Parts: sequence; structure tokens; C-alpha cells
Amino acid sequence: MKKLSRDQMAARVARDIPEGAYVNLGIGLPTQVANHLPTDREVFLHSENGILGMGPAPAPGQEDWDLVNAGKQPVTLLTGGAYFHHADSFAMMRGGHLDICVLGAFQVSATGDLANWHTGGADAIPAVGGAMDLAIGAKRTFVMMEHVTKSGEHKIVERCSYPLTGIGCVARIYTDLAVIDVTPQGLVAIEWVEGLSLSDLQSLTGAPLRAPA
Amino acid sequence: MIDKIQSSCAQALAGVRDGDTVMTSGFGGAGLPSALIEALIDQGARELVIVNNNAGNGETGLAALMKAGRVRKIICSFPRQADSHVFDSLYRSGKIELELVPQGNLAERIRAAGAGIGGFFTPTGYGTDLARGKETRRIDGRDYVFETPIHGDFALIKALRGDRWGNLVYRKAARNFGPVMAMAARCTVAQVDEVVPLGALDPEHVVTPGIFVHRLVAVGSTVSIGPAPAKGAKA
Repeated sequence: MKKLSRDQMAARVARDIPEGAYVNLGIGLPTQVANHLPTDREVFLHSENGILGMGPAPAPGQEDWDLVNAGKQPVTLLTGGAYFHHADSFAMMRGGHLDICVLGAFQVSATGDLANWHTGGADAIPAVGGAMDLAIGAKRTFVMMEHVTKSGEHKIVERCSYPLTGIGCVARIYTDLAVIDVTPQGLVAIEWVEGLSLSDLQSLTGAPLRAPA
Repeated sequence: MIDKIQSSCAQALAGVRDGDTVMTSGFGGAGLPSALIEALIDQGARELVIVNNNAGNGETGLAALMKAGRVRKIICSFPRQADSHVFDSLYRSGKIELELVPQGNLAERIRAAGAGIGGFFTPTGYGTDLARGKETRRIDGRDYVFETPIHGDFALIKALRGDRWGNLVYRKAARNFGPVMAMAARCTVAQVDEVVPLGALDPEHVVTPGIFVHRLVAVGSTVSIGPAPAKGAKA
């Protein structure tokens, strides 16, 4: 089978982001989705720290540290972009104004519960940032992650064992092997990579999968 | 004549007491009122409760305040960062208390304090460890958690320009928590790059009206600087 590279995963997610969408891309892999949005498609990128119309990283030497993204890396503002304060920024999430948010995850459950903020380790310093607001805020929450952990453990599970970020909030999961919808009837695999059968995919998934109707 | 402009950061911080809750604006370094925080270190108040999105970076600013042993508790959303070693070590040795709040709940709890709201039901965090023990309610089929306001004794914020009435404008994404913190404290102190005459700020563009600002101090141009290059990295 041909696993998708991280770039290919980002390109796959980008395909599902339509013109005119207000979108928040989480820290890490989801940030790369921006690199795959066609330049002729107008998409509004939101950053939790008070930016709509966020543009790409500036050229070296042009960094402005008053203009950073959620990961505190320098970005730019597109023509027509806007700044606003934190309460407004999170009202955009919580109030259901964002169309799509794309997040990384440790685990997603069969019912769309998301665990992505804390491993629960006794010595780990907890840090949640905007993860819980993002998880429940957008009209559709997409998760993008490797299908299994480096040691081969399931990340798509019946019930999350890591501390939850949000309950029943994930609409769709993009992995390096498949695209899976979370539906009221359970998980539906809507596509999977070449050379992999649905039963192969099932064996790598910790919750029942159905084929598309 | 009303003149909220102070001659120094030290003067601007007069009256900060031991045990006070001090809000500081900023998202990482963007919008952090560094000059006021340095002055707070010199001012000497202890047992402070700090409200900030993060828990200090490197060895300066909030990290220096914590390292000086002046912070009893921090209320924040994202303490763990690559260069938050001062907080990390205080936290691991039990020398600082952490109240971890999802970022949007943090902003809204501060806004609620400023707006006279006694609390609010929010969907954020419902069913998670951060809502444990909190009142919940189902409203129109959706589950919510009750969150209470966070009031400050002082709010130290950073803005780009201000006038003697306290009207403020900000710079880019350095605005972040400034406008909501300004509303939520008994005494709000704004560090501005530049004081301008009354009337110089377009009233249509004022972001924080002066009613929310009690003191201003001009500190010169302070465009936020990025993190120091990692050891061994080329500058």
C-alpha cells in the first residue's frame, strides 16, 4: 500500500475546503494545509490570537513579532484581513461562525470524541490553549493524524483513553491511510489508499468501520 | 484637566499590594507589557496571582517575576512552551499553583468580569477534566459548563498609542487580551509606545475607550522581539 506523506495528507484536506470558508488550522500538521489551498480560491484563515485573513510566513528578515500565529510563529496579513481581541476571536469559534477547523489528535473515538491536549502523564505539564474551544466551536471539526501510532497502536478507538478535549465533536478524520466520516451510525470509511482493502484498514482501526452506502 | 499619563512605570504601578491579582496582556511575546512587568519586579509586591495566556518565556518578563519568587499562582491556558523552564521547574517543585483554563473561557471570564456578568454557561470543556466539579446545564439540547468571572486588582496591558484620557489603539495581533483585561481590573495601566494629543486618535478607530484605562505610561517603540535563537543555531 501507498501511505500518504504529510504533504499529501495536507493536500487531501485542502481539497475539502471550499471557496469562502472561514477556517482555523491547528498547530502542527494542520498548518500545512494552507500550503495546498489553490491561490485562486479565497479562503479566510482565522488565528485564535485575533487574526482573520492570515497569510503565509513572511520572507526572512521581514518578520514582525506583533503578527504571529497560534504557534507564535511570524505570519502576514492578507489584503482585507482584520485584527480583533481575544474575546471576539473565541466568539468566532464558540459562536459557530467558523466553518471548518482542522486539528491534530492523539485519539478519536467512534462517536467523535477527541483527545488531543494532554497525555495525562503524571509528570506532564498540562497546557490546553485553544484546543477545547476549537474542538466544539467550528461548524465542522476535521482531524488529521497518522492512522496508528509509531508503535502501531490504534488512534481511532471505541473510547479515548487519553483525557478528552471535546465530546462528539469530530466530523471527519483524515489519516495517512483513509478518510473516515463520523456519523450517527458509526464510522464510515469513505476512501482509503491504493493497495489496502477495507478489511486491512479495519485491522488498523480500533472501532468498527463501514463501507460507504 | 484629566491627565492619566504617568511619568514612569514605577509611578504607574503605585498601589500594587501583596496578594493582588495582576492581569498581563500578551500572547507569548506579542502584546506583553514588558516594561511594566520589569517595573513590577522592582516594585516588590509578593504572593501575586498572575493572569496571562502563557506562563513566561525564557528568563525575562513573567519568567523573571516568577523566578524572583513573587508569584503564588498563575491562571493561564498554555503554560508549557519550549522556553517556559522557569515555570516548569517551579510547578514541578510545587512552588507555584496553576489554574489551567481553556483559552476562550479565559478570555470570556475576563470579559465577563469587565461587563458585570456573574458567570456564564459555555460549551467549551464540557465533559473534560477541566470542567470537573463545575455546574453543568443542558440548554436547548446542548451541554454547557458554568464559568465565573476573573477580576483583576491591576491589569497591565500594552498598546501602541494612547492619549491623556486613556483612549487606546493597538498594533496588529499584539492587541489580543488587552481590550478585555482593560475592562476587568480595578486599576488598568497601559504601556504605550507613544502618547498622542487628545483628538489625534480617530474616534472611529479607538479600540479601548479611556473609561477602562486609569493610567498610561509611554515607553517608546517596543515592537515585540522574537525568541532568542536556539543554542547553536545561526542568528
